[in-house]
Amino acid sequence: MKIVVLVKHVPDATADRRFTDDNTTDRVGVDGILSELDEYAVEEALSIAERGDAEVVVLTMGPAQAADALRKGLQMGADAAVHVVDDALHGSDAIATSLVLADAIEKSGDVDLVLTGMASTDGTMGVVPAMLSERLGLPHIGAVRELTVGDGTVTARRDGDVASETVQARLPAIVSVTDQINEPRYPSFKGIMAAKKKPFQTWSLDDLGVDADQVGLSAAWSVVTEVTKRPPRSAGEIVDDDGNGGARLAEFLAERKFV
Amino acid sequence: MTEVLVLVDHADGTVRKTTTELLTIARRIGDAAAVFVGSGYESAKDTLGRYGATKVYIADAAELDEYVIAPKAQVLATVASSAAPAAVLITSSLDGKEIAGRLAVKLGSGLVTDATDVTAELTTEQSAFAGAYTVRSRITHGTPVITVKPNAVTPEPAPATPVEEKLEIQLPESATRARIVERQPRAATGRPDLAEAEIVVAGGRGTAGDFGPVEELADVLGAAVGASRAAVDSGWYPHAYQIGQTGKTVSPQLYVAAGISGAIQHRAGMQTSKTIVAVNKDREAPIFAMADFGVVGDLHTVLPLATEEIKKREG
Ligand SMILES: Cc1cc2nc3c(=O)[nH]c(=O)nc-3n(C[C@H](O)[C@H](O)[C@H](O)COP(=O)(O)OP(=O)(O)OC[C@H]3O[C@@H](n4cnc5c(N)ncnc54)[C@H](O)[C@@H]3O)c2cc1C
Repeated sequence: MKIVVLVKHVPDATADRRFTDDNTTDRVGVDGILSELDEYAVEEALSIAERGDAEVVVLTMGPAQAADALRKGLQMGADAAVHVVDDALHGSDAIATSLVLADAIEKSGDVDLVLTGMASTDGTMGVVPAMLSERLGLPHIGAVRELTVGDGTVTARRDGDVASETVQARLPAIVSVTDQINEPRYPSFKGIMAAKKKPFQTWSLDDLGVDADQVGLSAAWSVVTEVTKRPPRSAGEIVDDDGNGGARLAEFLAERKFV
Repeated sequence: MTEVLVLVDHADGTVRKTTTELLTIARRIGDAAAVFVGSGYESAKDTLGRYGATKVYIADAAELDEYVIAPKAQVLATVASSAAPAAVLITSSLDGKEIAGRLAVKLGSGLVTDATDVTAELTTEQSAFAGAYTVRSRITHGTPVITVKPNAVTPEPAPATPVEEKLEIQLPESATRARIVERQPRAATGRPDLAEAEIVVAGGRGTAGDFGPVEELADVLGAAVGASRAAVDSGWYPHAYQIGQTGKTVSPQLYVAAGISGAIQHRAGMQTSKTIVAVNKDREAPIFAMADFGVVGDLHTVLPLATEEIKKREG
């Protein structure tokens, strides 16, 4: 069985994330990491591989430094990595991203399961897996907190908006997992050393046969017209509880007409 | 005027408040047309009319409930290709965003998610990087597909009598590949829905597992209860009530954070709350930097006293 895990290199949320002059996310001037929500997908792939027999490939689309996210995946235990990198991809929207990833998944060949995180921690849209499902004609189960793979099918517990559902689909399938599904492992020293020798492929748009005018900022189907930094919320009145804190709180709520 | 499609978010015909918000936004842009998928339309009818739907497309077939997400995207795509709407509006929730992603690919359309507002000219406003930035965008290709966050606007009634159009939907095989084999609706709590609530009282690790004081304050305020991930991970409160990046995003009039430090991932889910109140025993907790009012103290004494005081005031 072959599992492809889609991962994204994102600016660290604890750093001072910002936009560049063309209103795209600054991916160079801010320290990047493997999107924490993708670690859950990598972990799930590795634990499936440990239970049965599977090859785990981590796949990303992103600028040169996005290779770091793949390296982290390899250090955790993935078998191989694929990096789709091309200058023309800068500024691609979710639609273009899904186009490129769909082609990359097809090029990977004989994929049984595509695993993803629930959303990236930078754009936080959470739409790419559903888009891939449309493009590849594969079933997608999102918001998954429990996953069983076997006998050519996946059975997943899905935390939907209003109900918890058990959903079944035949393989090949796409599954996005939440942070409730497992506890991602840390790379071991052995894993870090082993990662250096694992297969690492780099594909350009030409390799995928994708036309450069279908991707990137100029081909995006939405434009950002304005980005403004919000003034930080200023702290209001902070009082020490001298036995009266509860009453002060009630008083504040009454002043603001909440009671 | 052109139609603006609104996907109705409902449970067996009980329309969620978010849908009345979307209808309100749709009326700024054109004629509000609701798309109702599933059973229970008769119960939904009045609310949709009251908030100004002049048209309702109804796709009511038991089969539609057997599969996740894909059937709703299919119905919307079918309506959109014949009605040529100015835009399609969907609630920004987990399900809503998956539907929107599929629809955008089907229609070959641009997509904006998590809008906090949409103007008459279809400019969207979003909040980025956990509320640090405001971003305005425009969709330049196809029929704009926009998901809008709960509490983006105040729903305004504008009574209309909708023209009803029943749809015959043939689900293509591709929409039936993920089958629901079992479903457990979330247990009702008797409190308002978290995403829709005007007031949210949330507890964190500082509750030490006792959510009693949080729930009692919530109940005197008529509020929903939320929790931080630390509280959820400790098994003190169900995940469905988690607020933050990997839980619900809330934007209430009042947010009370009790025993919550205010980590960036938590702030991502509550930063756009109008008024923020914090109770925390650590004066240095980051949550105080964004609080309109804060009490440095033990929540186990501060919350019960506040609850008593409010009860007294309300007689
Ligand atoms: C990828 C990722 C996603 C995440 N998603 C989320 C998310 O969706 N939501 C979320 O909440 N977190 C999320 N987190 C976790 C987040 O980073 C924090 O760990 C979490 O929010 C901390 O919860 P807390 O504030 O309850 O606990 P802590 O940070 O431990 O804070 C507890 C606070 O309670 C105070 N306290 C203790 N006792 C008392 C008392 N008796 N009275 C008053 N105050 C008291 C302490 O002073 C402290 O400030 C995520 C993290 C990652 C990496």
